[in-house]
Amino acid sequence: MTTTTTTAKPVEPEDAVPTARKVRRPKSARAGGQMHGGPIAYIVLGVFTIVSLFPLVWTAIAASRDNNRLAQNPPPFQFGSNLFHNLDLAWNDANLGKAFVNTTIVAGTSAATIVFLSTIAGFAFAKLRFRGRGALMLIVIGTMMVPPQLSIIPLYMMVAKLEWTDQLQAVILPSLVSAFGVFFMRQYLIQALPDEIIEAARVDGASSWRVVWHVVFPAARPAMAVLGMLMFVQTWNDFLWPFLVLSQTGNPTVQVAVAGLGRGYTPDQSLIMAGALLGTLPLLLVFAIFGKQIVGGIMQGAVKG
Amino acid sequence: MATRHDTAAPPAKEGGAAPGRPPVVPTEAEQRHRARLSRRWQRDKRWSPYAFVSPFFLLFLAFGLFPLIYTGWASLHQVELTAPTDMTWVGMRNYTRIFDDDFFWNAAKNTLTIGIISTVPQLLMAMGLAHILNYKLRASTFYRVAMLAPYATSIAAASLVFVLLFGRDYGMINWALHFAGIDAIDWQNDKWPSQIAVSSIVIWRWTGYNALIYLAAMQAIPQDLYESAALDGASRWKQFLHVTLPSLRPTILFTVVVSTIGASQVFGEPLLFDANKGASGGAEHQFQTLGLYLYEQGWVNQHLGRASAIAWTMFLILILIGIVNYVISRRLRASS
Repeated sequence: MTTTTTTAKPVEPEDAVPTARKVRRPKSARAGGQMHGGPIAYIVLGVFTIVSLFPLVWTAIAASRDNNRLAQNPPPFQFGSNLFHNLDLAWNDANLGKAFVNTTIVAGTSAATIVFLSTIAGFAFAKLRFRGRGALMLIVIGTMMVPPQLSIIPLYMMVAKLEWTDQLQAVILPSLVSAFGVFFMRQYLIQALPDEIIEAARVDGASSWRVVWHVVFPAARPAMAVLGMLMFVQTWNDFLWPFLVLSQTGNPTVQVAVAGLGRGYTPDQSLIMAGALLGTLPLLLVFAIFGKQIVGGIMQGAVKG
Repeated sequence: MATRHDTAAPPAKEGGAAPGRPPVVPTEAEQRHRARLSRRWQRDKRWSPYAFVSPFFLLFLAFGLFPLIYTGWASLHQVELTAPTDMTWVGMRNYTRIFDDDFFWNAAKNTLTIGIISTVPQLLMAMGLAHILNYKLRASTFYRVAMLAPYATSIAAASLVFVLLFGRDYGMINWALHFAGIDAIDWQNDKWPSQIAVSSIVIWRWTGYNALIYLAAMQAIPQDLYESAALDGASRWKQFLHVTLPSLRPTILFTVVVSTIGASQVFGEPLLFDANKGASGGAEHQFQTLGLYLYEQGWVNQHLGRASAIAWTMFLILILIGIVNYVISRRLRASS
């Protein structure tokens, strides 16, 4: 950003070494080609990092105060001493223990199924030839454009008819399919799995399922891990559908339970923030540990081929 | 395609995969066995691709396409939440009823304005961020992960935090604004401030995500395009305009479509931003979106048929936007 936007100066070939380096350094003609960012880049990124993280830090601060001390001007910027007290209250108030177990089951089942189904479908689209492949892939991409929320009314009627209200399978079943997952695995397998390996396995007499188990799954493992995490995050954060079919105190997911905390005539703000903190913390931990892989995964899924 | 035994067997002779093995004349039983194996192999090869992709399509049919069509069917009936299986045919009455409802048009307008003030700045900022992240930077992974942290935060948690930050009397944002000489803004009860506040939750959660998608696309642009542009005397800004943006066009289109779909569905943010925790989107319906209006009709007023009509109207609007998008992108492509 700081280096001026001057155009390429003619570089005299085989000039004295120091000048040649000086002229060449800021230009994109340098090996690798990537330009260095200047201070403005760091300032902008710093501001965005603060804006991104501040609400999360503030959640923790608010969760550590008591309610009366939260309503003041200027707002408190320091941690108070009530954190564990509030967390404890929120945990019991919102049935969070059960909610955590529920959400783990829902997100775990969905993520595992999506990863499995997306890998085999992605493999077929990436590496196998069959009639209608192009058209079917177009349909997969097309389904990404259909908003799932527009199907909630018949799904709700179905769940009501089956008497599945407040039961976890009502949340799990509609979330077992992901067009993004199929697309993502296809993108990965196209370049990560050489055709020769599959051919070799087939020449050895392996059936398609054996190829999937012994060749595709090992090759796809890194992408499967990333997709699993992405889908886990997504299902963990799902709100609308679980909100409709699960009650807020009986059998909630974490999001439904946290949303329920704000109810009542005089909601205790620090209690709500403690609940919000508890609901977010597990995913933030996952992010702190696997953030790099998740970032890589999103970027990988974004590139079209 | 007929089963061809001859090509199915591994070509031991030509390939040289098994050098030096003397040709063995198989017995008749062995030949039959081989033929059976190769038939099975052919069948496997032919049908297994369908076996691999069918779970996706079956699940999509059951939980995506069928419900969508059924929603259209239900929208032509009177269906109440209390007895979802009793359907009485009413034709287009649900549609005329909602089109006569001022709250529908209010919600449609709010969805549009919230959609615009959340999507446009979000994508512009994401583009700028991606451009900066594309430079060589120290600790670049750290910025990427930090920027994605809001994506890990749920709508529920984020909305509750933003309610507090946007509080009128003790909210941090009004407190910060008073240093700029701006009087306390009633973020929950005034029309524009409340819509801006709701949009800011969306912007906060999704800007980093979109920035990463743009960044990925930028990194896929061949470097020599920039080199030749630089040699032609293009400034950084010109390079961005004439190399980066055209190369990103498909990605931009993709994010616009996805964000538009997302914006048309906004539900959790306005639901939880409401101080009264109702489905009306504020006391004056000032930030009620179509998603919230659908919920209010279906689950608060218990008219599932009318809610279905809203859902299908939303769907038709999305298709319309999709067509407009397609036409614009074709125009752009043709003009360049």
